[in-house]
Amino acid sequence: MSDTLLKVRDLKIGATVYPPGEKPHDIEIVHGVSFDLAPGKVLGLIGESGAGKSTIGLASMAYGRGGVEITGGEVWVNGRDIMKSSVGDVRNLRGGEVTYVSQSAAASFNPAKKIMDQVVEAAVEHKKFSRKEAEARARELFAKLGLPDPDNIGDRYPHQVSGGQLQRCMTALALCPEPDLVVFDEPTTALDVTTQIDVLMAIKEAIAATGVAALYITHDLAVVAQVSDDIMVLRMGNTVEYGNTDQIINNPQEEYTQALVSVRSIEHEEKQPSPDPVLSVDGITARYKGLNFDVLHNVNVELHPGQTLAVVGESGSGKSTLARVITGLLPPRDGEITFAGRKLSSDLKGRSREDLRELQMIYQMADVAMNPRQTVGTIIGRPLEFYFNLRGSEKRKRIVELLDEIELGEKYMDRYPAELSGGQKQRVCIARSLAAKPKMIICDEVTSALDPLVADGILKLLLDLQKIEDVAYLFITHDLATVRAISDSIAVMYQGRVVRYGPKSQVLSPPFDDYTDLLLSSVPEMHLGWLEEVVAHRKMESAGN
Amino acid sequence: MHPIIKLVSQRLALGFLLLFGASALIFGLTEALPGDAAQAVLGQSATPEALANLREEMGLNRPAMTRYFEWLGGIVQGDLGQSLTNKLDIAESIGKRLGNTLFLACVAAIVSVPLAIFLGLLAVRYRNRWPDKLISGITLTTVSIPEFLIGYVVIYYVSVKLGWFSSLAMINDSMSFGQKLYAIALPAFVLTLVVLAQMMRMTRAAILNLMQSAYIETAELKGLSTFQVIARHAFPNAISPIVNVVMLNLAYLVVGVVVVEVVFVYPGMGQYLVDAVTKRDVPVVLACGVVFAAVYIGLNMVADIVSILANPRLRHPK
Repeated sequence: MSDTLLKVRDLKIGATVYPPGEKPHDIEIVHGVSFDLAPGKVLGLIGESGAGKSTIGLASMAYGRGGVEITGGEVWVNGRDIMKSSVGDVRNLRGGEVTYVSQSAAASFNPAKKIMDQVVEAAVEHKKFSRKEAEARARELFAKLGLPDPDNIGDRYPHQVSGGQLQRCMTALALCPEPDLVVFDEPTTALDVTTQIDVLMAIKEAIAATGVAALYITHDLAVVAQVSDDIMVLRMGNTVEYGNTDQIINNPQEEYTQALVSVRSIEHEEKQPSPDPVLSVDGITARYKGLNFDVLHNVNVELHPGQTLAVVGESGSGKSTLARVITGLLPPRDGEITFAGRKLSSDLKGRSREDLRELQMIYQMADVAMNPRQTVGTIIGRPLEFYFNLRGSEKRKRIVELLDEIELGEKYMDRYPAELSGGQKQRVCIARSLAAKPKMIICDEVTSALDPLVADGILKLLLDLQKIEDVAYLFITHDLATVRAISDSIAVMYQGRVVRYGPKSQVLSPPFDDYTDLLLSSVPEMHLGWLEEVVAHRKMESAGN
Repeated sequence: MHPIIKLVSQRLALGFLLLFGASALIFGLTEALPGDAAQAVLGQSATPEALANLREEMGLNRPAMTRYFEWLGGIVQGDLGQSLTNKLDIAESIGKRLGNTLFLACVAAIVSVPLAIFLGLLAVRYRNRWPDKLISGITLTTVSIPEFLIGYVVIYYVSVKLGWFSSLAMINDSMSFGQKLYAIALPAFVLTLVVLAQMMRMTRAAILNLMQSAYIETAELKGLSTFQVIARHAFPNAISPIVNVVMLNLAYLVVGVVVVEVVFVYPGMGQYLVDAVTKRDVPVVLACGVVFAAVYIGLNMVADIVSILANPRLRHPK
């Protein structure tokens, strides 16, 4: 084995794009990236979407997703130039020398096959182990990765284990053939924060125990700081900064890296509650049709005019169900909702146009919340016609005002959603909801699908708009950093119940209940060794109990 | 109860309900036709008195509902009634002919189903290259030409010009299995051409659709060969759509063979039905209709059940 396991020199990656109405043409998505990775080391590739980090990771396996091709430069693995390797050599490289862990293990496991069959497949295929040896190794890895019942979990089908467990199975799949290098592509991004910490620790320990090298791809600098030796910051296919983890986190040289390190530092002073809440949710209990258990149990919260109530919880906590109940999409079994001093009909059909106008909603997926065949002007203009009967120049004037408020401007009026970036799309959705002059907007994970810097921009915009329009937000999120940045009061939800509720300062200060403590301590922090500290702290506590 | 048992029994119950509905529809439609069985037996020149007498004798004066349930009761007990023209028991006549039709359909299916799936896999393996285009081109051509035309073209070249096979696909009990196979080679060939395209294209489309999945990427990144990826990872997940189109085509092989049977004068259900229609033999038409409906519903039910069984989420609940 040479000193350098993976050597990438001036790597250029291109793809053919087929824009509608134009001739297909080639574009370059990675513009000459170089790095080295020594055996047993971990390199973090970090950047926002479109930075080319996954593309670079897959290039180390001589693989291009959907027509993506390596157009220049060199990739050396174990002293061989894989661009000049034969098809057979590339097959031996994939799954033998280099393996891959994807973001969504749930989608990356074949639903029709048992977990064990999939975990050992590459090891057996490349004749690294016999089937029996491979299975023994897999069980060992299952145990090492902290999976329950490691001897039998392989006999299950992917849908029979949880998302966090499946992500660990995927790590076992990647480690089973004893590769020299594992490409981890956002392995914890799709997980809840309390699950992420366990998987992260499991991955880190497995890397240490097997001595494998890794490329760790993520958009979350705080996460990558916990696992990697070196970090490369990428932006739009270029290297921004490349150095060891300590230097990148504690002494970033480039402006862009500094922005990434200091992201989510929005300060927001908590407002005092007023006597008359705009929304009060009293004793809501709800269940979905066909289910024989409640998904919300006796939920009571209040939201004051011009303020923000953050509803925070992990997947399955019932936070989105609460939004469905408030909007009238899911009539509750019990309890009532008072909005702007009047009792709201539990059913959407029973609500007046005024009810609908004053209570707006913004969604997580801005792309699918807009009609792709309508221009921005039409999208924002619709509520103006519908609620205020505005037409012609009056409507146009108001649309321009709204576009200015969301910092896009008049020139965006005739564009289609497909011509906008993710952050711009979300801004248009915000303008559409503001067009109705609502008293309250429900924001359902509105920043979750966005890159951190873009998300920061959206949060700042929402705070500014709140001052101007005096609108209240019910802000649903799983992200505690967002909660800190935007809320005045907080409701922590767990398994359909509000487990902690009050003004922000109170909810985020000790003494905590067990769940809030777990949740808060699981949010990755931007300093080295955070992961070990938390895990050690938890071990001590459980030993104390 | 295991969810599979529940789902399967639901499908079975639904199948019987559908069959019941189909039988009512068939009975109703033949009722709506002008003329009745008495008219058919006695012909155009019958006197009104003779017609009235025969109607009385055959019980045709009773309300349609009563006759329907009598007829249905007979079917449930395996009694399909009597033919008007030759007074033979319909169940017996159909039994033999259905056997012949099923034999032809089975031979065509045994050839066409594996061939279609293999060609579909091949087309995926060489997607957008010449083997794919050739397979698509040929199968699309054969499916676009009406089967009677293919039938006559095949007869003209293979039996008349070359003299390799007989143009008449006559079979009887005294023939050996090999002789029977030889006799039905041409109609089986024509049927294969007709059903091949849809099954092949569906297999191709179902697997291509799955090839976009993340788990196919995982398999590719394990260093498996393209064919291993398709056969091991894509195919098991494509079973359900493939089985659906296969069953639809099998049903077509049984129900839609009418034309091909007539072209090759094959003594199957199709011939029997066409004869009965020309002779206005209403009980036979009814019986054939019910048998066809039963085959169609039955095969589609099997497809449904196989789809349920092929779903790992239903087979292995949490």
